[in-house]
Amino acid sequence: MASSGRRPEHTAPPDVFYNEEEAKKYSQNSRMIEIQTQMSERAVELLNLPEGQPCFLLDVGCGSGLSGDYLSEEGHFWVGIDISTAMLDVALEREVEGDLLVGDMGQGMPFRPGTFDGCISISALQWLCNADKRTHSPPKRLYTFFSTLYSSLARGARAVFQLYPENSEQLELITAQAMKAGFSGGMVVDYPNSSKAKKFFLCLFAGVSGVLPKGLGSETSDRTVQNQVQYSGQRCRFKNMKGKSAKKGRDWIMEKKERRRRQGRDVRPDTKYTGRQRRPVF
Amino acid sequence: MKLLTHNMLTSHVKGVTKGYPLLIKATAVKVNEVEFNPQFVSRMIPKLEWGVLVQAADWLGQREDLPAELVSDYEKNDDFLKKVHRVLLEVEVIEGCLQCPESGREFPISKGIPNMLLNEDEV
Repeated sequence: MASSGRRPEHTAPPDVFYNEEEAKKYSQNSRMIEIQTQMSERAVELLNLPEGQPCFLLDVGCGSGLSGDYLSEEGHFWVGIDISTAMLDVALEREVEGDLLVGDMGQGMPFRPGTFDGCISISALQWLCNADKRTHSPPKRLYTFFSTLYSSLARGARAVFQLYPENSEQLELITAQAMKAGFSGGMVVDYPNSSKAKKFFLCLFAGVSGVLPKGLGSETSDRTVQNQVQYSGQRCRFKNMKGKSAKKGRDWIMEKKERRRRQGRDVRPDTKYTGRQRRPVF
Repeated sequence: MKLLTHNMLTSHVKGVTKGYPLLIKATAVKVNEVEFNPQFVSRMIPKLEWGVLVQAADWLGQREDLPAELVSDYEKNDDFLKKVHRVLLEVEVIEGCLQCPESGREFPISKGIPNMLLNEDEV
């Protein structure tokens, strides 16, 4: 979304942007459906719900209910909240199993304390960083959202938000307000070395602090002590002195494959045939 | 809107302290069949406000023989769990409105979706 020109948050407020035409895309465009489902899958994985137990979940910015479909598939029950009635109409048409509400995240979550076992939100949080009306104040709205969400979650529950942050200031604003509301946790970044597959997940814990899960495809995350050089058994004194290895050589190919792997792409496994020349054909 | 959601919903209008339970004024009610999941129902029962659920079922005329008091050791009582399941997940309010007990503010329900949006002076 971010790469295709303007960001949707800059064009119009969410209740206007997600009109009938835009909502239709979410039920017809197979690529959009695939990406949404993939992200919900990962978000549910990060929620770390107890195995084999049906849970009661909240889906913030549920839209046409694509993420909710995945939750139902997993055997959970959910309540979805969205500001766009056009998107909710699509959800009704698709006969999703969860219950739906029209509501604005920035006005707070209208639920009793301790209601939900978890909360997911796919590509919705960045909308809160914009002031669409004169009376809107993004930090205040974020704080209202996080504090009411905190109270509506059961103790020890998690909230996972997939989001497209515009810049680091925006990320800082969001996390600062979440911490102020009492959450612990932080960002999990999947495929940090790829510009396309890179995905940001804000992973928050209510009540108890847990260990932040690792992002997919990130190498540095398995370090035990941060800011410390790692011991390695490899001897590579001269390798880096020459800079890049000779093009088309085995080293060059291995390096390239490693780089692609870090970006989360499909790469064939390394074998003894990697980088070898084919036998001449007569 | 299912009665499970109603049991969890509160009014979040500015100045309202409790805002619970919301009064239901229904004009259309539907009963949808939903797959029975005893594990989920017995997990949700401790979270419910039992009195509110019974009252809500009463308002919609769907109470049937739901007891006014929660029975003990309901986990094994499949008959009772089925009754709770029906009221919690199968009965749905399609048209009508929810009213905040403190401020009197009404939240309209259309096509089964309650509209919880507030005006700017209510935030």
